[in-house]
Amino acid sequence: MSANQALIAYTLRLADNALILAQRMVELVAAEPELEEELANANFALDFIGQARMFYTYAGELEGQGRSEDDFAFMRDEREFGNLLLLEQPNGHFGDALVRQFLFEAFYLHLLEALMRCSDQRLCEIAARAIKEVKYHFRHSSHWLVRLGDGTELSHNRAQTSLDDAWRYTGEMFTADEIDTAMQENFDGPDLASIHELWRRDIATVVVEATLQLPDDQWMASGGKQGRHSEHLGFLLAEMQYLQRSFPGATW
Amino acid sequence: MYTQGLDQAGTDEQIAVETDELLSAFQERIDAEEKIEPKDWMPEAYRRTLIRQISQHAHSEIIGMQPEGNWLTRAPSLKRKVILLAKVQDEAGHGLYLYSAAETLGVSRAQMVADLLSGKAKYSSIFNYPTLTWADIGTIGWLVDGAAIMNQIPLCRCSYGPYARAMVRVCKEESFHQRQGFDIMHTLCRGSDEQKAMAQGALNRWWWPSLMMFGPNDSESKHSAQSMAWKIKRFSNDELRQKFVDATVQQADFLGLRVPDDELRFDEDSGHYRFGEIDWQELFDVIAGNGPCNKQRLEKRRQAHSNGAWVREAAQAYASKQASRAAA
Repeated sequence: MSANQALIAYTLRLADNALILAQRMVELVAAEPELEEELANANFALDFIGQARMFYTYAGELEGQGRSEDDFAFMRDEREFGNLLLLEQPNGHFGDALVRQFLFEAFYLHLLEALMRCSDQRLCEIAARAIKEVKYHFRHSSHWLVRLGDGTELSHNRAQTSLDDAWRYTGEMFTADEIDTAMQENFDGPDLASIHELWRRDIATVVVEATLQLPDDQWMASGGKQGRHSEHLGFLLAEMQYLQRSFPGATW
Repeated sequence: MYTQGLDQAGTDEQIAVETDELLSAFQERIDAEEKIEPKDWMPEAYRRTLIRQISQHAHSEIIGMQPEGNWLTRAPSLKRKVILLAKVQDEAGHGLYLYSAAETLGVSRAQMVADLLSGKAKYSSIFNYPTLTWADIGTIGWLVDGAAIMNQIPLCRCSYGPYARAMVRVCKEESFHQRQGFDIMHTLCRGSDEQKAMAQGALNRWWWPSLMMFGPNDSESKHSAQSMAWKIKRFSNDELRQKFVDATVQQADFLGLRVPDDELRFDEDSGHYRFGEIDWQELFDVIAGNGPCNKQRLEKRRQAHSNGAWVREAAQAYASKQASRAAA
């Protein structure tokens, strides 16, 4: 795999993470527990779609075959999506969706910080813009985890279960494959091992404040980055891609 | 997005302190185009009319998120998805300002939400229709937001200050919503035959319900006179409806779409489009709860509210713990 191919694949993974999470968040519109949370959820989803668009557009330019953001989002099959498994998991209840957000954002923040220092100018720029958004997302999800954990007995138990259930999907964030390695070697990209330490430190601080327990390391699911997904992604894509697939070539 | 409550008066009961002097002084302020502010004296019926109208408007914004939300996960491009999501978010924001404006009249948001969920409070009938194709999203922006703007621009001059000020911001955003709807329609109408058919089908379904948004004919509108005198309402239902038809028919022509009304014609003498009779029974049925989606819309709201109860309780419990920790 050439350095350019690795860069394209890596950029598409970043785009897929942002888009698939946003699509799950969009499913929550008009179902939030409070009006203020409707505004927050829509706002954060807008940020993620915006990031996905920047990453897809850049991947298309790198590839040089005229593929647009919509070609990547709507015309690829699930095997071609490289998002993390965590992000495609169904929303569940408020605590499940929140923990998914929290675990990913803690990771994504450090990833973006590392990308701001990589040698690819364009990724640096996108990361610099995205990190401003993800900082306040993480503040929001951290605050909510503390409220749930240190709220009622019911909310505490639910938050703990959400955390325990999501934990198995955190492993693949930090397992470097050839694309991660190529990105690190050729473009001075993120070192996942050191991000893992920072991530653990950050989430532990919040989890302790929330009076919750960090789950023990256990068996970890993997494969999302390589396009081996859970059963959930196919349905998500079928819904999201429906119009583009039903009317190929139409302009919307 | 829209209120249909412009005609509804509060109850007629007047409390003892409402002397003729107070009432006429109040009316003089209204006639002098002064804004009435939350701490000012106001007749109870004025307060209740406004509470009902503003809360109904807020509920309409919140319920209105659903028909459009129905296409958020299926929006046909990332750009359209972003625009639609921003629009739906604006509606949540409008709901928030409007609940706040109503709270200045002495009613709590919790009470207003409870009234919506119990079915006591109404919201605009238009949101009880289903969004069946992507073109419905265009049509809602074009017609429903277009009709809302006709109604809401005069509300920027409403006599009650907080409502008038909220409407200034709401109207700016609605105008953007209307343009995005028209842009979707314009794109579809320049597209394939299937896309044009989609656009025409949506217009056929939404045209008459949009005309109903202005409420009953003036001759049937019982409470308009009082709302006009209080300058809560500035134009009659029929005046606004006519203005909407005059503007919209030309836009439909431009798009190459046919307005589904065999009686529609341009009247040279008056300079207005004349249109056929509205099926009022349909409007009354939908308002009475018998529209295609009434049950579904309210059920979704109730479910969101009850599913979120444990989250709101957790936030409250945490806030109380924090308060007692700070006090300790």
